[in-house]
Amino acid sequence: MKYLMFVCTDTAPDTDRSDWPDVEAWVAENDRRGRRLDGNALAGTSAATTVRVRNGELLVSDGPFAETKEMIVGYDLLECADLDEAIEVARAHPMAREGRIELRPFMDLDD
Amino acid sequence: MTDQVAVATAAQAVATASTGSYARIVATLIRVTGDWTLAEDCAQEALALALQRWPAEGVPANPGGWLMTVARNRAIDVLRRATVERRKLRDLAVLAPTEPDRAAVGEEEIVDDRLRLIFTCCHPALALEARVALTLRTVCGVPTADIARAFLVAESTMTRRLTRAKTKIADARIPYRVPSGPMLAERLPGVLAVLYLLFTRGYDADGEPAFATEAIRLARLLDRLLPGHSEVAALLALFLLQHSRRHARRDSAGNLLTLDKQDRRLWDHAAIAEAVDLLARTRPDGPYALQARIAACHATAPSVEATDWPAVARAYDRLATVQPSPVIELNRAVAHGYAHGPAAGLALLAVARAGGALDGYPLAVAAEADLTARQGDRARAAALFRRAADAHTGAERRALLDRADEFS
Repeated sequence: MKYLMFVCTDTAPDTDRSDWPDVEAWVAENDRRGRRLDGNALAGTSAATTVRVRNGELLVSDGPFAETKEMIVGYDLLECADLDEAIEVARAHPMAREGRIELRPFMDLDD
Repeated sequence: MTDQVAVATAAQAVATASTGSYARIVATLIRVTGDWTLAEDCAQEALALALQRWPAEGVPANPGGWLMTVARNRAIDVLRRATVERRKLRDLAVLAPTEPDRAAVGEEEIVDDRLRLIFTCCHPALALEARVALTLRTVCGVPTADIARAFLVAESTMTRRLTRAKTKIADARIPYRVPSGPMLAERLPGVLAVLYLLFTRGYDADGEPAFATEAIRLARLLDRLLPGHSEVAALLALFLLQHSRRHARRDSAGNLLTLDKQDRRLWDHAAIAEAVDLLARTRPDGPYALQARIAACHATAPSVEATDWPAVARAYDRLATVQPSPVIELNRAVAHGYAHGPAAGLALLAVARAGGALDGYPLAVAAEADLTARQGDRARAAALFRRAADAHTGAERRALLDRADEFS
């Protein structure tokens, strides 16, 4: 089962300081176990561009499509047996301690 | 036997068998087919067929096995028509041998299935209200209409909520599994919280009484399947103790009565004894174990005055560190007031209220009024009782005004 893991910031000042994991070690571990297929950090929302087509017309605008303080700063593509395994992978990511991580399963198009 | 008697006997047999077997059948069919709706439909159809056949043909020797076989055959039919993969069909064939009486094969496996079902219904990736509703529907077999009524929503809304939860289980691939190792300890409190909500939904003043019974049944099942988990036994004990007062907690007009006004002879003393036995094998360090110990102090006391208040106060001291909350601090102050005198209670109450934690919580005013009255400041107590009454309506308001008059 593939999950896209969105790594997000969180504005709530409730950072968890317990044994902070190292992101490089996290990447190496999950790559080695075949659970992480791809992933990257993203440039800030100041570099974001939004593209829409309305009435056949291209509309390009500056910035992210939603003006929220929380933003997606990275992503990882996971291959896990089930949601519990994906949750275990996500909890070990450093951003689970100061930000938040959203797990989105791929839609099953075979149905 | 007349026809009517036969129908009534058969209906009773179906009801009994369904209480014992429904979760088992659904849980097993979900594991084998992975299809929640199919599993529920087949279990329901088996019950319907029993209601139709048993009056004429007699109740089978093993009603649960009969139901399992019928449900399994129904699932095979549906899946065969849908031409699914071979593996599922093979598993189903292995699952139930031809003679219904042997259908309860692999008790271990079937028991595990019910536990799997409970942990999946209570998965933290589902919304809390969906967990409660899904547990009621799938594990307890409560009709959707009854669940909707208890949650004060339309049946169609509850149907959608249940469907959404089942869809998420499939789409996000929430595993059908009892978590193992450290994850079991992490997940268990969430399961117990769902059971606790289920119980309070039933036990609340305007709740659905059957839910309280279901919660007790599930707690018993968990206690049997997860022996050695202290908080599971403690939760069962807590349920039994609260439920033991069900026949005593209302007056003839249906108003709720406080502990001091209840006729203790009406309490269910067999349930209280069972709970006390259960508590003997729990560690007094979990939130449910401590709450149950407090409830047991009340349940085994001949009167409010003869309650072991120092033991209640000690349990609240520990509960306040295990599960800190303003309401627990308030109850702790009240317990100390009885155990060590009103001055001790008022001192703790002042600490509990510091920072406005209990502002707008009328029970805090009522507690202060009671402690003040026992300290002998009658005028102040009367004023406080009147202030507490202002925040209430109905019987509670009347009771508080009566107490104000007592000291005026």
